[in-house]
Amino acid sequence: MPEHHDVIIIGGGPAGLTAAIYTARASLAPLAIEGYAAGGQLMTTTDVENYPGFPQGVQGPELMQMFRDQAERFGADLRTVDVTRVDLSSRPFGVWTDDGEHRADAVIISTGATAKWLGIESETRLRGYGVSSCATCDGFFFREKEMVVVGGGDSAMEEALVLARMASKVTVVHRRDSFRASQIMVQRVLEHPKIAVRWNAVVEEVVGDVAVEGVKVRDTVTGEHEIIPASAMFVAIGHTPNTGLFAGQLALDEAGYIVTDGTRTSVEGVFACGDVQDTVYKQAITAAGSGCEAAIDAERWLEAQENARPAEAAETAGA
Amino acid sequence: MADVMEITADNFQAVVLENEKPVLIDFWAEWCGPCRMIAPVVEQIAKERSDSLVVGKLDVDQHGALAARYGVQGIPFLALFEHGQVVRQAVGAMPKAQLERQLGLSD
Repeated sequence: MPEHHDVIIIGGGPAGLTAAIYTARASLAPLAIEGYAAGGQLMTTTDVENYPGFPQGVQGPELMQMFRDQAERFGADLRTVDVTRVDLSSRPFGVWTDDGEHRADAVIISTGATAKWLGIESETRLRGYGVSSCATCDGFFFREKEMVVVGGGDSAMEEALVLARMASKVTVVHRRDSFRASQIMVQRVLEHPKIAVRWNAVVEEVVGDVAVEGVKVRDTVTGEHEIIPASAMFVAIGHTPNTGLFAGQLALDEAGYIVTDGTRTSVEGVFACGDVQDTVYKQAITAAGSGCEAAIDAERWLEAQENARPAEAAETAGA
Repeated sequence: MADVMEITADNFQAVVLENEKPVLIDFWAEWCGPCRMIAPVVEQIAKERSDSLVVGKLDVDQHGALAARYGVQGIPFLALFEHGQVVRQAVGAMPKAQLERQLGLSD
């Protein structure tokens, strides 16, 4: 027998956990399936300096633990298992995990986004051996060595600044001639004595057989090649939404984001919030905000279904 | 968790290298987010395979020499030992099914 729930939330970052807090407080006893990436992208973020309420900043994992504790306090059922399949074609919706089949009247999707890779062979081969997407995790192994960061957004700036505490030198490789990161982060990077920037350059190859020895770049203006000596390369070139589970069942845009109107998706009763549908803001606070919206939308929708039900039942009885 | 042993420089030889059973070691650190993400997955594997597999975790911050000996340059680093030798390894946080596949544990 599948477990039946009013609401299932898929994904356990700021959006999903906020949706869990709100639906739990609305007595909907949500099942929040966090997946192996429980906590979301903030789990790999050290200092969160722009989340309101924390004037001194807060550690990403610490903030997510507080979200989880708050959701559990109101009775949300949080599970760290992965969703393997969903069926959104009929209600109640079906959600399958390693521990079985679940059914829900409403589904809130907050599966977030995953860091993108360059997609070149040498990068894949050397991943874990000097190629990484987590400066906080792996910078440690390359202390006092030269490192490269690829990217031009806030996460690239953050990685560069984290690494500059350990590296002898950090070179930021960016394909354009200016950064799209926020001004405060750009300024910190440009003013840092250990950080250099290689503008207008794209990575062609990570040089090295069993360890990173350098990063070969091509100048997009002159076409010239150069090898930047480095023991590690950190990739921070943006994110791609985690929507593989929903392909063919929900309307997605060209980049794979779930198409939403407010938090409503193309399937009635299925709501989406956070980075999985956000092509613009992608902040922890906006994810949390949209998680709240999805919870309220789901609650109202369920209420409307409930109100419609007695009439249906009466009709059936009369027939 | 009781299912996952704390591995240190002192017990490494006895628990990992001289074990009759295969041993899965999770090289991790306190400050590593993906390590925290994968910890529940490792615990689950330990629980499910408690009779066939020994599972331990090793803090690379405190035992840097051991991490260096096995060429750890990215964490979480998961190494499967058999008769004292690393036979399979996986780097980075990933779903349970994928980790089991990479470690050759899938049935």
